[in-house]
Amino acid sequence: MKDQRFIIAHREALIGIGLVIINFLIWFGFAYGLGSGDPASYTYILGFPAWFFYSCMAGTIFMIFLIWLVIKLFFKEVPFDEEVDDECTGK
Amino acid sequence: MHWQVIIPLLLFLIIIFGIGIWANQHVRSSHSFLQEYFLGGREMGGFLLAMTMMATYGSASSFIGGPGVAYTKGLGWVLLAMAQLPAGYFVLMILGKKFAILARRYQAVTLIDFLRERYKSHTIVILSAISIIVFLFSAMTAQWVGGARLIESLTRLHYTTALFLFVISVLVYVIIGGFRAVALSDLVQGSVMVIGTVILLIGTVIAGGGIENIMAALVAENPNFVSPYGAKGELTPLYVSTFWILIGVGVVGLPQIAVRAMSYKDSKSMHRAIIIGTIAIGTIMFGMHVIGVLARPVLPGIEIGDKVMPLLTLKVLPPFLAGVVLAAPMAATMSTVNALLMLVSSTVVKDIYLNYIKSTASEQEIKRASFIVTTVIGLAVIVFALNPPDLLVWLNLFAFGGLEAVFIWTVVLGLYWKKANKYGAITSMITGMGLYIFIDRFYPSIFGMHTVTLPIIISFIVFVIVSLCTSSLCKDEEWVI
Repeated sequence: MKDQRFIIAHREALIGIGLVIINFLIWFGFAYGLGSGDPASYTYILGFPAWFFYSCMAGTIFMIFLIWLVIKLFFKEVPFDEEVDDECTGK
Repeated sequence: MHWQVIIPLLLFLIIIFGIGIWANQHVRSSHSFLQEYFLGGREMGGFLLAMTMMATYGSASSFIGGPGVAYTKGLGWVLLAMAQLPAGYFVLMILGKKFAILARRYQAVTLIDFLRERYKSHTIVILSAISIIVFLFSAMTAQWVGGARLIESLTRLHYTTALFLFVISVLVYVIIGGFRAVALSDLVQGSVMVIGTVILLIGTVIAGGGIENIMAALVAENPNFVSPYGAKGELTPLYVSTFWILIGVGVVGLPQIAVRAMSYKDSKSMHRAIIIGTIAIGTIMFGMHVIGVLARPVLPGIEIGDKVMPLLTLKVLPPFLAGVVLAAPMAATMSTVNALLMLVSSTVVKDIYLNYIKSTASEQEIKRASFIVTTVIGLAVIVFALNPPDLLVWLNLFAFGGLEAVFIWTVVLGLYWKKANKYGAITSMITGMGLYIFIDRFYPSIFGMHTVTLPIIISFIVFVIVSLCTSSLCKDEEWVI
């Protein structure tokens, strides 16, 4: 018998991997994409170098927003205790 | 002594003691001492869970060591520190609901309980217990030393006195209050950490005359301070991205973090904790490290990195606020120490004493054993912290990476791969640890990558191959997945 709750749990773990990959791409991509030139020729946003602004500041805020959105949309509430097994198989 | 600075610190300590005493009421009235003392009765809500994960993870190095390095390396170090953002959501999502459900089914109180039920192997229990005790004991000693140094520098007390003061305040509330006290004080400590970071960041920007001014001063001194490669170009993309494994995703393998992923109340707590935890970790890691960089023009010429944060705080903030901010590294150190102390004593009591020495121990005997073990460990740490032996310093240096190399696949594959078996787990644990020590000793930063990278990759391959080859030996041990 396959526990419905585990199917949900497996999907959420995969979502976690997806998020961490997106996080990595934003963080790493902006940093070394925009920041690899000569530091003297950097453009600045709000006083910070552009690579830093996008990678560490805007990127972090975007990730927090994305995590919030993903949890609202895809994360399901399941009971953790055993006695309620039957109730959740229908959901 | 700076009394105005010390008063907020004292207030902070009094609150922490109060929490310990309050939590003790729960331990006394609980029907299951083990679940209550070591897990707080699995009752943590979202905010509490987020704060205790964050406070356990954010140690003295995030508040004292980290800003000091950022001071010498520039914005590149902040970039590297931001690799820690996944620590806020990744562990809870990956271990997730499956870990929470299975931990309840097995009545697991420690990570090792889970591994024992999953793999049914004494070798794994013993290997895990040894790695936890050896590595976390040394990690704890380092935090102990850090806490004492902090008190020493603030109060001008002698190091030994400072050490005793620090250790006794931590021991008292851990021993009387257990996990609930630890988690609740993490709530206070975590909040102090976030608030302290924000205050100091604002103070530093004002003292430096705005971000533009500070950046211009940095570029004038050395343009590399504002590049992602670090002041001397030492932070290569490969090194930074493999460091991401150690402090970002590899955190799944840390037992002190994993045990928190089995202690929350319900799904809703977990969802909230993911959001709050990510915001809190993002704020602290960004704030504290960027403060280190901004401090350079504000407070030039500091030779010892560890002094940057305390000196900066005393310079840019009025004394009372400085006290509040300096409570933050104090909080970070205490919350990490008490989580480690809890974990080591639960390993000794639950995983060794109850499994192998006296499985029929009564509630009363378990209680007594827990108090004795926690006290003895705490006092043993004092002896080592007074005069740290070289071996301990060396062990502490790679406690994080070592634990990750041992536990990450054993936990993650054990949770999600039904063919994972004890032979795979044992060989992978030994390979991970052995390789980690070997590379650390003989080829540090091999191929320009962080030391932890290869052990994690190779122990994964070993785990999968050995599990597949030995699958015929474990046919009868079906595992629900």
